[in-house]
Amino acid sequence: MKGMTLIVKKITQIICPIIFVFGIYIIIHGHLTPGGGFAGGVIMAGAFILQILANGNILPALRKEEEGLEFLESSAILGFLIIAGLGLLFSGSVVFFANFLNKGQLGKLISAGFIPIENIVIGAEVCAAIAAIFIALVVYKDEESK
Amino acid sequence: MIIYILCFLLFLVGLYGVISKRNLIKIIIGIAIMEYSINLFFIMIGYIEGSSAPIISKGFEHVNFVDPLPQALILTSIVIGLATTALLLAVAIRLYQKYGTFDINKIRDLKG
Amino acid sequence: MNSLIPLFVILPLGAAFIMAIMGRFIKNINKYISSVIMILLFCLSLHFIFRTEGSFVYKVGGYEAVNGIPIAIYMVLDGLSKLILLIISLVGLLAIFYSISYTKQYTAERKFYVLFSLMIAGMNGVVISGDIFNIFVFLEIAAMSSYALVAFGVEKHQLEASFKYQVLGGVASLLILLTIGLIYWNTGTLNIADISRQLTVNCSSPEGISVFMKFISILLISGFGLKAAIFPFHTWLPDAHSSAPSPISAMLSGVLIKAIGIYVILRLFFNMFPLSYEISLTITILGTISMIIGGLLALGQWDIKRMLAYSSISQVGYIVLGVGIGMMLLASGGSKTIAALSITGGLFHLVNHSVFKGLLFLNAGAVEYRTGTRNMKKLGGLSQVLPITSNTSLIGSLAISGIPPFNGFFSKLIIIIAAIQARYYALAFLAVLVSVITIAYFMKLQKYTFFNTDGSKWVKKKISEVPFSMATSMIIMAMLCFALSLLIVPDVRAVILKPAVDVLVNYADYSTKILGM
Repeated sequence: MKGMTLIVKKITQIICPIIFVFGIYIIIHGHLTPGGGFAGGVIMAGAFILQILANGNILPALRKEEEGLEFLESSAILGFLIIAGLGLLFSGSVVFFANFLNKGQLGKLISAGFIPIENIVIGAEVCAAIAAIFIALVVYKDEESK
Repeated sequence: MIIYILCFLLFLVGLYGVISKRNLIKIIIGIAIMEYSINLFFIMIGYIEGSSAPIISKGFEHVNFVDPLPQALILTSIVIGLATTALLLAVAIRLYQKYGTFDINKIRDLKG
Repeated sequence: MNSLIPLFVILPLGAAFIMAIMGRFIKNINKYISSVIMILLFCLSLHFIFRTEGSFVYKVGGYEAVNGIPIAIYMVLDGLSKLILLIISLVGLLAIFYSISYTKQYTAERKFYVLFSLMIAGMNGVVISGDIFNIFVFLEIAAMSSYALVAFGVEKHQLEASFKYQVLGGVASLLILLTIGLIYWNTGTLNIADISRQLTVNCSSPEGISVFMKFISILLISGFGLKAAIFPFHTWLPDAHSSAPSPISAMLSGVLIKAIGIYVILRLFFNMFPLSYEISLTITILGTISMIIGGLLALGQWDIKRMLAYSSISQVGYIVLGVGIGMMLLASGGSKTIAALSITGGLFHLVNHSVFKGLLFLNAGAVEYRTGTRNMKKLGGLSQVLPITSNTSLIGSLAISGIPPFNGFFSKLIIIIAAIQARYYALAFLAVLVSVITIAYFMKLQKYTFFNTDGSKWVKKKISEVPFSMATSMIIMAMLCFALSLLIVPDVRAVILKPAVDVLVNYADYSTKILGM
């Protein structure tokens, strides 16, 4: 895939960090406002995809990036399971998915126990997964044209 | 009631696409349409007239909320739909590499 | 004790992602991790079968019911789930042991084990979850990894079969999701026990169930019938099951169609919906037709794995027939003893079928591994060069055709006796007839593959017996074909089969029992 014109590249450079930060905002406010891990993760992956579309790609670099993303994805899911499993140890009674942290005060950023932490992990996982799917499809398509 | 029937019609449109179209990509689009119609249906059964979004914040502690459960279910179902579509597309691209066509009339080595 | 229940999902799910990370750095570690996990799951299910009695409920997140209305996600482990979990872990353990040698031919070997563990996690999740939406989610996990595993070889045929399987499986999943929406709309809850309570209060009238409930039931039969490959929804099965790698074919045919198809049909139609005669008649008729059609279609096949796949359709028909007769008797107020006998036959055949069909697919894989072909016309005389494969395959064929003293004989006998006692003579006759057809096509398989030495080039060629791990799995499965005949002894049956049958026969107790915990 070839890159696009200079204008597109320049605009992308400016806009991508903003999209990325907006994704992070959605994720960490997941327990207070609409959105959360999945929505924010998709937005963050959107920033990645925009970069690839605008700047074109070099296949070997993409393959390497895909491996890294797969690694991030697997470890994020593992993190999610571990946090859920910690409830088995720390909740007093042996309960999977127990919300063992302090619930805090309604409407504050640091509240709702372990839900914000799970949201962050889910965000990382969704971002990595969607970017990996996109890159995998790009790689397949480029292999085919050869 | 009419709105539910329209929603079911959308489901049937998707089913029609899956059954009658000969192009792999169109079949995938048909499945996606069916999925969206079901998502829409879930959202509609959770809706209660005149109530607000189910977010507890200051000043909105004691008003009527719409049913939040279908919305949570739909979020899960969207994620599953994403994975299904991605896998279908990946297999479709691979099939195109092997056969050089998206036409299922030409992709029929198996009889079953 | 019931805090061990979520381990059935946590262990394989966690292992899958640990393997996805570790497998990149350490060669062959995935084989060991997945074998260890399967052994652990097997021990866990044995523990629950032999050491515990009754049913358990595990509330995820620890939320107790409010005013008798359950709000947590329920994980329910009763007699039926225990039985299915045992089958999953048993066949899964042997299949993974077989794969250790078999998967050496693939380049992306490590991903095989990741997907396999995910599939196990999905199936275990379907079996233990107590609410319909979670059944749907876990079913999608299991189905999605099986789609990927069918296409694992990335050859033309695998991809085509996988695409077909995905489209039909996707439509089935959407039908199931639509039904879940309709049920939630009607009852306002997703917990199976709670739905059952609501339906018995609201929807039971003297004339039977309402038209709306019939519509929902038919949609559910279509959805889960597609997953279980019951006629007329069977068309994807021969392609998908014959194109997959052989240990996966054994898992798909032996376990997957039962765990995400038959099991859910049993659970929902016995324990959730009020029993109705029309619906049970529909299920029985579909089972009978798929029994006959599968048998007849299998006769004409020349590809070993395609023949076995059609045979799966036929044998699943037996299971549905056995359970369906019991369901009809219970719905029409017939004798409970005969119903229990018939359901015992169905579940017994379910256990048996997963063992011998697993064995036969592993045999087909061994033949393909050594000769490179599955076409019976090109094979012959293999009994001299592959003695272990040949002998175990003979045992499997005898067991599936219902020759005493193998397990298949006893389960078919129970189904036929129950059908006669319930005065469904036509069904009993058809069951005997299909049993004869089964013998016919397995004799064809044995003759053309293993015994016919005329003009065979394989006798002179120097091919050796399959590697150790593959041979061991096949031998253990063959021994199980003998050992499972013991289930006919009442004392053994009381431990393994009776709790499962009790759950289905006393179908009305489920909801009060679960909600009371």
